[in-house]
Amino acid sequence: MGANDAAGLGNVIGQSVPRKEDARFLTGTGQYTDDVSMARQTHAFFLRSPHAHAVIRSIDVVKAKGLPGIVAIFTGADLTGVNGLPCGWLITGTDGKPMNEPPHPVLALGKVRYVGDAVALVIAESIDQAKDAAEQIVVDYDVLPAVVNPVDALKPGAPLIHEQAPGNKCYTWALGDKAAVDAAFAKAAHVTKIDIVNNRLVPNAIEPRAAVASYNRADDAYALYVSNQNPHVERLLMTAFVLGLPEHKVRVIAPDVGGGFGSKIYLYAEETAMVWASKRINRPIKWAAERSESFLTDAHGRDHVTHAELALDNDGKFLALSVQTTANMGAYLSTFASCIPTILYATLLAGQYTTPAIWCEVTASFTNTSPVDAYRGAGRPEATYVVERIVYQAAAEMGLQQDEIRRRNFIRTFPYQTPVALNYDTGNYDQTLDAAMEMADVASFPARKAEAQKHGKLRGLGYAAYIEACGLAPSNVAGALGARAGLFEAGEVRVHPTGSVTVFTGSHSHGQGHETTFAQIVAGRLGIPVDNVSVVHGDTGRVPFGMGTYGSRSLAVGGTAIVKALDKVVAKGRKIAAHLLEAAETDIEFKDGKFTVAGTDRSKTFGEIALTAYVPHHYPLDTLEPGLDETAFYDPTNFTYPAGTHICEVEIDPDTGVVEVVAFTACDDFGNIINPMIVEGQVHGGVAQGLGQALLERCVYDPDSGQLLTGSMMDYALPRADDLPSFKVGTKVTPCTHTPLGAKGCGEAGAIGAPAAMMNAVMDALSTVGITHFDMPASPHRVWSAIRQAHGHA
Amino acid sequence: MAVSLAMTVNGKLVSADVDPRTLLVDFLRNQLALTGTHVGCDTAQCGACTVHLDGRAVKSCNLLAVQVLGAAVVTIEGLIADDGTMHPMQVAFHDCHGLQCGFCTPGMVMSAIDLVNRHLQADEATIRAELEGNLCRCTGYHNIVKAVRQGAAVMGK
Repeated sequence: MGANDAAGLGNVIGQSVPRKEDARFLTGTGQYTDDVSMARQTHAFFLRSPHAHAVIRSIDVVKAKGLPGIVAIFTGADLTGVNGLPCGWLITGTDGKPMNEPPHPVLALGKVRYVGDAVALVIAESIDQAKDAAEQIVVDYDVLPAVVNPVDALKPGAPLIHEQAPGNKCYTWALGDKAAVDAAFAKAAHVTKIDIVNNRLVPNAIEPRAAVASYNRADDAYALYVSNQNPHVERLLMTAFVLGLPEHKVRVIAPDVGGGFGSKIYLYAEETAMVWASKRINRPIKWAAERSESFLTDAHGRDHVTHAELALDNDGKFLALSVQTTANMGAYLSTFASCIPTILYATLLAGQYTTPAIWCEVTASFTNTSPVDAYRGAGRPEATYVVERIVYQAAAEMGLQQDEIRRRNFIRTFPYQTPVALNYDTGNYDQTLDAAMEMADVASFPARKAEAQKHGKLRGLGYAAYIEACGLAPSNVAGALGARAGLFEAGEVRVHPTGSVTVFTGSHSHGQGHETTFAQIVAGRLGIPVDNVSVVHGDTGRVPFGMGTYGSRSLAVGGTAIVKALDKVVAKGRKIAAHLLEAAETDIEFKDGKFTVAGTDRSKTFGEIALTAYVPHHYPLDTLEPGLDETAFYDPTNFTYPAGTHICEVEIDPDTGVVEVVAFTACDDFGNIINPMIVEGQVHGGVAQGLGQALLERCVYDPDSGQLLTGSMMDYALPRADDLPSFKVGTKVTPCTHTPLGAKGCGEAGAIGAPAAMMNAVMDALSTVGITHFDMPASPHRVWSAIRQAHGHA
Repeated sequence: MAVSLAMTVNGKLVSADVDPRTLLVDFLRNQLALTGTHVGCDTAQCGACTVHLDGRAVKSCNLLAVQVLGAAVVTIEGLIADDGTMHPMQVAFHDCHGLQCGFCTPGMVMSAIDLVNRHLQADEATIRAELEGNLCRCTGYHNIVKAVRQGAAVMGK
C-alpha cells in the first residue's frame, strides 16, 4: 500500500498525468493579460523618475496634453481621495513600537524616491502617442543625494528618504533568547563567524507585468485583467484600502500568467492608477510593462547583509547561533515586505538541526531602490544560506566531514519545537542526506577532484541540508505575528448533472500546473476520469474567495480546501444514495466512484447520484436540498516543513574564473506527491533560480547616483540553457501529519537549497587556493579577481 | 505616414498599411491578432517573440514589419495542421513537461524546430548552446532539452 493509498486517495494520485493546460500554451492560444483587447481601448504609459531621490518642484503637462491622440494625463495631485498602497504585515520592533510605515503614494507626491517611481500616467489612443507625449512632460526636479545600500542607509548623515522614518529605519526586530545564546557562546569550545551578503535579485518572470482596466458606467462596475498571483487579495487591498470602491463592483481576473516567483503577489501602483483612471475617462486602458520597467519597478528580492556566529562544543555539536541582519526594504514598503526578513527568515534558522539556543536581530532600512519583497523562497533561502554557509565553515575549521557535522546535529525526534517559534511535525533528514550522497556519487568525488587537478582545475563539492516552512499559514499564528489578513484558502467543487466536475480554487496557477494536479485530486477522490474535471482559478467573478499562490501553499492549503469540499460532496452523495437504495446512510460506502450498500452488490454510480441531485423527481426534499455543489474554506493548523539535501559539484578554471556547475543533485521530502512529473519540474526550475543567484545574478545600483546599472537582460545575467547542467532529482516521503493529502509543498525548495549548496561547493574549491571569504554570485570576473588577490596580485 | 506591406503569414497572404516604426511582433500581435507570439523583453534577449522568417528562426521584436516585405512568416499558430494536429516538437514539449507558465514556450518551440532543422543529431551541449537565445525562468531548461531531443527524433523519421 503506497502512501497515497494510505491517505485514502485513488490511484490517479501519484501519477505523472500530462498537463491539461499545455495544449493552449503550445498552440499560441493561451490568454495572457497583454493578449486581452477591448473595444474603445486606450493605452497607458507611465512617466517615471530618472532620479533616485529628488523633490518634484513642478510638473508641466500642458504641452503634452495637446498632442495628437492624448486622452488624459494624471499626476499624483490628480488622485484626490486615493490612499497609499498598504503593507499587509505589521512588524513590532524590539522597542515595542510598530514599524515605521511611510506613505506609498500611487503616483509620486512631492518627491520621488527611486529611479522608476511613477510620476505621471499618460493615456492615449496608441502606445506610441502616449510615449511621445510623455517625452513632452516637463518635470522640474531638485535632485537630492541618494543611498542604495541597506547598511549605509542607517549610518548617521545618510540622506533621509521619508520624514516618517527617522534614520531610514523601518524597524529593528528580534527573535529568540539572547541570554541563552550569550551563555552558550561563553562556554563554547569553538566559535565560527561569517559575514555574508545575500545578493539582490530581480525576479524576471518572462511575462512582464500587465493590466487592462475597464469601467462600465451603466453598472458602475470595474473589471481588471492583471498579471497577478492572487486576484482576491489584489481586489481587497485595492478597493478597501486604496480606492475606497465597493468590493462587489470590482472584478479582478488574473488570466494566464507568465510566471510570478513572488513578483506578482503585490498590489502595484500601475493597475491601481489605471482602475481609478478608467472611470475618469470612461474607457478601457491597457498597459504592459517593458522589460526595462520590470527591472526598475517589479519588487526585487533578497538584499541582506548578515553577520552570524555559531558556537560549537568539541564534538561539533551546535550550542547556539547568533545572527544579525540588515535587510533592504527599498524606497517603500511593498505588500508583504516587512515579514520576509523577519517572520519568514528568523524562524527558519534552526534548519535541520537541534541548535538549542538561537537569537536573531534584524534591522530593516529604507533606501532609494525599488521596493523589495518576497521572491521565490522569500526569507527561507536567506536563512538557509546563513545556516548552511556557517555549517560549512564550521566543519572546515574543525576538520569535520561536511556530512558528518550535519549528522551530528540532525533533529531526529518529531514533533520538534525549535527555539525560533516553529514546531516541525515530521521529517527524516538522514534519509534525504544519504540518498542525495548516493545519487551524487560522493564516494568517488576525491577521484574526480584529483582528475580535475591534473588539468589545472579546482573542483568543489557543496551541501545544503535545508528546511522551509510552507503552507502559509495558520491564520491565528500569522495574526499573532502581525499579519493583517487570514491565510486560509477556499475551494468549490461543483458537480454537474452529468457527473462531470468544475473546481473553483482560490489558488492561482502561473506555471505550477494546478489545472492538472487539482483535477487529479478530484478524480482520485470521486473515482472519475481526470478529463471529467475542469479547474477554474484567477477570477474573483467566478471563484468564491482566495488568498492566492505563494509560499508553496497551493497544494497544502488550496488543495486541502478542495479535499474538504469533496468530503462534503461525498457526504451528501451518501445521503442521496441511501435514499435511492433504501438503506441507512451509515451503511453506504463510497469507493471507486460507486456508492454501495455495505456487504451487498447494490450500488449507484457517482453519475447517477449527480443526476438525481439535479433532477430530484424522487428525492427526500423535506430533509435534503437538491444540487451537488459544495464550498469549503480551510485554515491550516500548522506550517508544513519540506526539507531535503542538495549537493552541488563545481569545477573552476582558475585562469578564467569560469565556474562550471558540473552536477547538481536534489533529494527532497515534499510529503505525499500528487504528480511526480510536475514536482520534478518545480524542483528543476527552483534549482535554476537558486543557481542563477549563486552563479550569475546580481542587481546593482550605482552607490552615488542610485541609478540601476543592471537594468536589462544584457546587464543582468539570467541563467541560460548553456549555463546549467541537467539535474539529478529524487524524493523521499514523510507525509505531512496535519494535511489530509499529506503534502508539504515543493515550489520553492530548489531556490532555497541551491544557492548554499553551490556556494559551499565554490568555497570548497576556492579554499584550495586559500580563499576563505567569497560572496555570490560566482561570476567569472569576481572569481578570477578573488583568485588573483589570493595569489598576492592587486 | 503609413506604409503598405504584404507578406505571407502561416501560409496566407496578408497586406496592410502600417506605421513605418511598427515592429514585426506588434504587427503579428496587434494587426493579425496572432497573440501566440509574445514580448518578454526590449533588448532581443529573451526570445519569446521568435518566429520563422523564410524558414529561419528570428526574433520578431528586432525587425520592423516593413523589413520583411514579401517574406514567408510562420508563427506558433502556423505549426498546427488543419485538423488540429500539433507539430512533433509541440507534442514533445507536452510529453516531456517542457513548459510551465507557457510564456516563453512559443518562441522556445520555434527555436527548437529551427535548431533541429540545422542539427538533426544534436547532442545536449549543442541543444543548450543553440537555445542560448531563449530565456525560460520556470523549467531550468532540463525538460526543454529532453523535449528537443524527443522532437528531433520524431522529426528525423
